[in-house]
Amino acid sequence: MSTRLANQGRLINKNKAVSFTFNGKHMRGFEGDTLASALLANDQMLVGRSFKYHRPRGVVAAGAEEPNGLVNLGKGATFEPNQRITTTELFEGLTATSQNHWPSLEFDVGAINTYLSRFLPAGFYYKMFMYPQAFWKHVYEPVIRQSAGLGKAPKDRDRDTYEHFNCHVDVLIVGGGIAGLAAAQAAGARGARVLLVEQTADWGGRAAVDTPQIDGVAAPEWIKTTVEALEKMPNVDMRLRCMGAGIYDHGYALAYERLTDHAPDSDGPRHRLWRIRAKQIVTATGAIERPLSFAANDLPGVLLASAVRDYVVNFGVSLGDRTVVVTNNDDAYRTAIILKQAGLDIPVIVDARAEVEGELIDQARDLGIRIELGKGIAKVKGGKRVTGVALCAQAGEGAVLEEIDCDCVAMSGGWSPVVHLWSHCGGKLIWDADQAMFRPDPERAPTSHDGQPFVATAGTANGHLYTAEVVSDGWAAGRAAAKAAGHTKRGAQAPMGHDAAEGPMSPVWLMPQGAGHALRSKAWLDFQNDVKVSDVQLAAQEGFESVEHAKRYTTLGMATDQGKLSNINGLAILSQSLNADIPNVGTTTFRPPYTPISMASIAGVARDELFQPIRKTPVSDWSNANGADNEPVGQWRRPYAYLRAGESVHDAVNREVTNTRENLGLLDASTLGKLIVKGPDAGKFLDMMYTNLMSTLPVGKCRYGLMCSENGFLMDDGVVVRMAEDTWLCHTTTGGAERIHAHMEDWLQCEWWDWKVYVANVTEQYAQIAVVGPKARKLLRKMGGMDVSAEALPFMQWASGKIGEFDARVFRISFSGELSYEIAVPAGQGRAFWEALMAAGEEFGVMPYGTEALHIMRAEKGFIMIGDETDGTVIPQDLNLQWALSKKKEDYLGKRAHERSHMADPNRWKLVGLETEDGSVLPDGAYAIAAGENDNGQRNTQGRVTSTYYSPTLEKGIAMGLVHKGPDRMGEVLEFNKVDGTTVRAKIVDPVFYDKEGEKQNV
Amino acid sequence: MLTLHCPYCGVDADETDLHAGGQAHLKRFGPGSSDEEFEDYLFMRENPKGVHFERWRHVYGCGKWFLAARCTNTLEVFGTYPAQTLEPPKDIRDKIAGTRPGWSWGIFK
Amino acid sequence: MSNAVSALQGKLAPGEVTIREAGLRGMIVLRGDLTDKKLRAVCSGVTGVDYPGQGQANCVGEKGLCWMSPDELLVLVPYAEVAEAIALIDKALKGTHYLAENVSDARALILVEGTYGREVIAKLAPADLHPDSFKPGDFRRTRLGQVAAAFWMRDEDTFEVICFRSVAEYTFNLLAASAKAGAVGHF
Repeated sequence: MSTRLANQGRLINKNKAVSFTFNGKHMRGFEGDTLASALLANDQMLVGRSFKYHRPRGVVAAGAEEPNGLVNLGKGATFEPNQRITTTELFEGLTATSQNHWPSLEFDVGAINTYLSRFLPAGFYYKMFMYPQAFWKHVYEPVIRQSAGLGKAPKDRDRDTYEHFNCHVDVLIVGGGIAGLAAAQAAGARGARVLLVEQTADWGGRAAVDTPQIDGVAAPEWIKTTVEALEKMPNVDMRLRCMGAGIYDHGYALAYERLTDHAPDSDGPRHRLWRIRAKQIVTATGAIERPLSFAANDLPGVLLASAVRDYVVNFGVSLGDRTVVVTNNDDAYRTAIILKQAGLDIPVIVDARAEVEGELIDQARDLGIRIELGKGIAKVKGGKRVTGVALCAQAGEGAVLEEIDCDCVAMSGGWSPVVHLWSHCGGKLIWDADQAMFRPDPERAPTSHDGQPFVATAGTANGHLYTAEVVSDGWAAGRAAAKAAGHTKRGAQAPMGHDAAEGPMSPVWLMPQGAGHALRSKAWLDFQNDVKVSDVQLAAQEGFESVEHAKRYTTLGMATDQGKLSNINGLAILSQSLNADIPNVGTTTFRPPYTPISMASIAGVARDELFQPIRKTPVSDWSNANGADNEPVGQWRRPYAYLRAGESVHDAVNREVTNTRENLGLLDASTLGKLIVKGPDAGKFLDMMYTNLMSTLPVGKCRYGLMCSENGFLMDDGVVVRMAEDTWLCHTTTGGAERIHAHMEDWLQCEWWDWKVYVANVTEQYAQIAVVGPKARKLLRKMGGMDVSAEALPFMQWASGKIGEFDARVFRISFSGELSYEIAVPAGQGRAFWEALMAAGEEFGVMPYGTEALHIMRAEKGFIMIGDETDGTVIPQDLNLQWALSKKKEDYLGKRAHERSHMADPNRWKLVGLETEDGSVLPDGAYAIAAGENDNGQRNTQGRVTSTYYSPTLEKGIAMGLVHKGPDRMGEVLEFNKVDGTTVRAKIVDPVFYDKEGEKQNV
Repeated sequence: MLTLHCPYCGVDADETDLHAGGQAHLKRFGPGSSDEEFEDYLFMRENPKGVHFERWRHVYGCGKWFLAARCTNTLEVFGTYPAQTLEPPKDIRDKIAGTRPGWSWGIFK
Repeated sequence: MSNAVSALQGKLAPGEVTIREAGLRGMIVLRGDLTDKKLRAVCSGVTGVDYPGQGQANCVGEKGLCWMSPDELLVLVPYAEVAEAIALIDKALKGTHYLAENVSDARALILVEGTYGREVIAKLAPADLHPDSFKPGDFRRTRLGQVAAAFWMRDEDTFEVICFRSVAEYTFNLLAASAKAGAVGHF
């Protein structure tokens, strides 16, 4: 059984007990424990069930590479699934539940799958769920959904906050082991701005456990003094619990800092996502030990050899009294030595190598540990935990030589450098056959904007397994990075390391070498996704020879651990199956993040009211306090209608239309874009921008204008005002202000840069209020100030002056067909002006109206709306707007495009009005059906509805639409489809439904 | 995440401060041009794996459009320059020739 | 005008770093030939500050000049003095090609006051805010969260941030949330 030892545990504080629950059971650990070490201290070796076969699983590792120990963590507003117990620091009151089992962890019905495993081979889903097609939706999908996914989705809103932080550094160092510390020391001493991030809660990495000598002292002491020295450097920022998540183009990197995961009741953000722009990056990310592939290597109690000694040294936790070590290298002997020195029993070290020689082996022998050379494990015995191993000859097929009782197996298949970050941005790898590992190829580093390398790798991540090389490599990488970032000051000396000399390792991809199918189909490669040696071999057999194909076919390396333990072993098996060299098979692509990061950290502060900007006009607060039912228009929220108590939206809209037509309405039109275009060439420029002739517009007058893109499509419209001899004011649509401003700047900067024109976007400088209705003039007269009579200010003219006490620009333009004044006042006075109009207008029955009333009134008048009648494929001619296309101009944007054959085609769909025979409202977007079917078997169509409303003025449904040769078909009746499958008949009519002569707006 | 130097305001701008504007050095064809010329101008674009010339606007910064010469494969930036020019400046063309001998792009080499 | 109000009417979020809307400020966008001596002279004349270099802001009290782009300056004056300042500019530049528009009401000015103001800004903007890189006198146009903004430092502990009026509340809340979340301890 796993238990707590009396005299070990460098990271835990035995004076501070911490209580927590696992599957409802109360347990105790110590401050400094991880959830994994605390569970093991409580003899909880079974921590979860595997994804496919629901096999019992225990922890394999002690760090970020852990595939099995995933739990649902927390509850309610802190609940989070798939949390890795080896990287979850214990805190008081932690609650965790295991995943992927029913009804319980101990007894899981789904474990039947393990007996069915013969029938659940690689590619099972692809093979099984193909036929019959009728089963896809109602049989297969529910079955797959039921069994898909590991943890549960959270139900409650996350109570925590998150943030981003942008920083620019000279040198980013990822990894706070001895290589990273040495790199920071070197770069810091040279004066570079350094950020050093370490994913765990303490510095030093493996060296803190394995305690080699550095600069004549034991590693822990060197780590302590180095960290202290670095902390004193003002140019070095050091972050624990901060993982280098990804490296991207031009030195951009993401780091994921977990601020309060270990202390969830503290203030401040839970996670911080660092958005780093680094001149140089050093990845000192260490290495991950590889499992060995032998039968039942997935039983709880089979761990990586390094993890077994981590639990002893760091947390004082033993996995069992009797640990069998199985290895192909010298490093695993450290586990045997440390365990033996801790008073635990090592029945045997099973070494696959026939011959060994080295200091560690001598030490183990001196401690009296039995060593079996040339041997392997035929299979591990046990059910929910290890009870023993069966030994065999590594060279054989698995004939059992001896059975040995034990409760833990510590395995080591060698080390794989963590090359993920190196690879994210294009760093290439080379295969190191001596150490059986992929390591970064320094000749093919990721390159930056200047074509020069910007990522260097150091220490174990660079393939160095000896301390002397690790620290000197780290130092050199830090120094070189600082130099490349422009810091050449000479600094202190490189540290010197020393550790025991080791003999060569020997790659072992399958144990025993000639294992038959029965053993291979129990030899796990990917613990989380349940991929075995036999699955990868089957994939190769079935033709999935590319490593990327084999990965997807078998799901090898596709789990939340992204194959940190399984990828190299899996691709070695694949290459053997293909009789190819490992480097020729290659690796799958390493993609960020290194380990999963929280979605919330990606969102940062962007949630709730900060999810996206909500733009407000000076009148928005008044509207919101007075019944506004808002609709989004871009990032604006515009009142759709102003609701009175007890009123439906529909009723409110009808009331607003009727009141505006009969009395007086106010519209907050502040969102309309307002661009000032000024200069000697401004007229010439606007003649290019608009299809109309704008240069001839007299000062004081307004003209409705159309804008086309260079390929002829209508992109915006609005009223253009001549303010002065060299100055125009261009109104754009609400959504068009920034877009049209950018469009104008584009042409001025990139095409006609010699034209003397300046453009300024003054949209937000003004509150613009439309005073609309037959009593509009009465209201303005009552307000006092400038002359707004028909004589002084006729339709389509403008003037500036005072309205009441307000400085105003008054435009006599109308989008409703009524007498209308659009009045611009400085935004700071917008609210006061609006309230003054409301107060003064009371006697005239003034009411505010929203965008829906605006839409209805413009549709009653047959005015088009950009975005309704246009969709990026509509040209002015389609909307019968030929009158707005100047024939006097040689050129304007879109003119040449209108000559293209498709644009000039008489068969285009054109704008008409539509009236249903029964007075009902046509569905928005409905198609007019035509005879026959198209090549895809769909009904042919001959038109579509672009705008459709109930008109309270006409007391019936009215619509506009684009219909094939529509204007030539007045009076014809078309059938439009409805959502319920029926159709509705509508007659083609003139799109101007109301006041066809335009008398009302021109009084 | 690209970082491009804005030749107008001198800022090394983050990609999130920029707006990409497609291919640079297009020659406009208006009324009077042939269908082929107009089609080329409107629709036909280079799609190189390698040296490319692009339009970028420093939209969150000074608002100016500039042009960038960069390698679409390695993301090496050979230089950025103001948009008020009909061809890439000589120093940038020389720089490209230094690392990409024999390069060509549209009418430029 | 006595009834003019700023976007947030002096809204305040107190804390170790305080976020405060500064109220009304006169702002003029001036586009023209920035090498023109007359233009430079009138700008210095109406503001009393030296003409700024590329990427710089020279601000004293409520007056100042900010370099916006190679052909654009932002002229800061007290809100009540805008019309007068524009009149002076118009007079000085008569006959030349320029554009001077009052944008005082189109913008909001927000102050970030406190020791870790740099970090509050750096949480939201991709700019380099390290003390060696961004100092009083520097002016930066970039984004804060999802909106365009510009900022400069009045002194070591005070940032002045301008944004569009319509997003003043969003920007204020962004800054306030970032201030409330505390220092990062990086700078």
